[in-house]
Amino acid sequence: MVKQLLAGFVLLLSTLTVRAELVVEVTQGVDAPSPVAIVPFDWSGSALSEDVAKIVSDDLGRSGFFKMMPRENMLSTPHERSQVFFRDWRISNNDYIVIGRLIPAANGQITATIELYDVLKEQLVWSETVNGNSSNLRDVAHYIADQVFQQLTGIKGAFSTRIVYVTAEMLGKDKYRYRLQMADSDGARPRTILESKEPILSPTWSKDGSKLAYVSFESTRPSIYVQHLATGQRQRIQSFKGLNGAPAWSPQGDRLALVLSKDGNPEIYVLTLATGQLDRLTRHYGIDTEPTWSPDGESILFTSDRGGMPQIYSLHLPSRDLKRLTFEGKYNSRGRLTQDGRFLTMVHQDSDGFHIAVQDLKSGRVDILTSTGLDESPTIAPNGSIILYATKKGGRGVLAGVSLDGRVRFTMPNTQGDVREPAWSPFLQ
Amino acid sequence: MRVSNVTKAVSLALSVAWIVGCSSPSTLSDEDTSSSTADGSASTYGTGSGNGVNGSGAGGSVDVANLQTVFYFDFDTSSVRNDSIADLEAHAQYLSMNPTAAVRVEGHADERGTREYNMALGERRAKAVERFLAVNGVSAGQVESISYGEEKPAMMGSDDSSLSQNRRVELKYVSR
Repeated sequence: MVKQLLAGFVLLLSTLTVRAELVVEVTQGVDAPSPVAIVPFDWSGSALSEDVAKIVSDDLGRSGFFKMMPRENMLSTPHERSQVFFRDWRISNNDYIVIGRLIPAANGQITATIELYDVLKEQLVWSETVNGNSSNLRDVAHYIADQVFQQLTGIKGAFSTRIVYVTAEMLGKDKYRYRLQMADSDGARPRTILESKEPILSPTWSKDGSKLAYVSFESTRPSIYVQHLATGQRQRIQSFKGLNGAPAWSPQGDRLALVLSKDGNPEIYVLTLATGQLDRLTRHYGIDTEPTWSPDGESILFTSDRGGMPQIYSLHLPSRDLKRLTFEGKYNSRGRLTQDGRFLTMVHQDSDGFHIAVQDLKSGRVDILTSTGLDESPTIAPNGSIILYATKKGGRGVLAGVSLDGRVRFTMPNTQGDVREPAWSPFLQ
Repeated sequence: MRVSNVTKAVSLALSVAWIVGCSSPSTLSDEDTSSSTADGSASTYGTGSGNGVNGSGAGGSVDVANLQTVFYFDFDTSSVRNDSIADLEAHAQYLSMNPTAAVRVEGHADERGTREYNMALGERRAKAVERFLAVNGVSAGQVESISYGEEKPAMMGSDDSSLSQNRRVELKYVSR
């Protein structure tokens, strides 16, 4: 009981920290982001645990598509159409305004009515009534942000998704604490899924978002586990001699690509989960690792040093044709594809370190998106808008985000220990 | 030169074997005490670990006198360095003369580069040491190599000195 309370307290603390420290930095204004004002929502009951309008505003601001109006600059705080003076919002250069009211309903429920207006046309763009309660106001806020995002960009919002990541702390000589954590897409509400004295790495989501696969050294050797998120139940699915690593779920959800070195050196295998059948895909004395699937499930991309230095290759499964994808620079590894299969994000080394880069597979153009020198583990939001990755700040591991065009960057706060290996969930039901 | 090195290694190994032979019971109990204390304090967390997760140092390591047990590697390489050879030969001598002794060979990488790739690099280093031991007469059953990649740094920090101390293989004697 005490433990639970304590856990709740810690959770609350870190939640607060997250919101206090999230820093969004818009680096280059290539196309001007659309200015939007999210007016604080009306609420007459006792103090709420969350500031819903602020969460909506932070979500949209982090996407890079919008320039959010600071609250202190608002001349008025309307909650209904009749209170909106469009001229005021035009003078303060807003294209859109979101207003709303939260109303207490029966059984502790809260009903939120939200309206999005086009300031120039003075027209209602979208309105919805959302039901929630005082304990899930963050879900309500992320839902509203998703709807506004989709209305204004035409792209499905991904704020209601989740991220997992690993934290590590060195407690003393040969003493470490590793945690697998899950949080909202904005880093809030972190909770521990697994904790161990031995390393945890390479978490990856099943395509339906119900399971995670990861590598854990808890038996003092690396093994691959699959954990059901709802029940916490898990299975050890692979534990050969040598490496058992880098699991990656097929888009159909029935197979896992992974790395085993049981036959001498690291090779890519595909495990069919229902039957346990293991197919070896690569045969090379070099290192083959970090598999990832193409969205159609037809190809597996992986890192290999068969050419001397690590580069990313693509293996077409039906034909077994192998193609090298990366040629720029001497080190390109751990690729991840956007949902449309067009852009490959990866870790790219140049003269001043390891950066996140994106390659347009159609044109071959490579853009280096980050300027810090120890960047790794890129993971793409399911709507393709943002890449989240791990970097170092002040000697500690933190998570940071960058848009695919490099225009927007933000740093997630460092909560405890070294944070690394973010993995963005798919859209969740 | 070569001969004298080998002679030195053999005589060192012999004396090591003798020292170990005499002192291993007390060493083992020391190790057991300290590792169980460590486990005791850590078991308060351990969500889902289940089967008595042990630290890598647990299990009663043998104090092989003054021999080096940590061997360093140059950046992006997995070849055993010249300054490691004498002590590795001595370990090999000890292991081949004590067929019941067993060793865990733990490979590590520095933080540069991606994690799973570094896992593979750490394994290459561990395997290089494992091969070195095999060539020097140690039977395969006595050696288990394992890679931790960059997950268990000896030193936190990104300066050159930390990085060079993290590119390593550690030999750990285990009880069977």
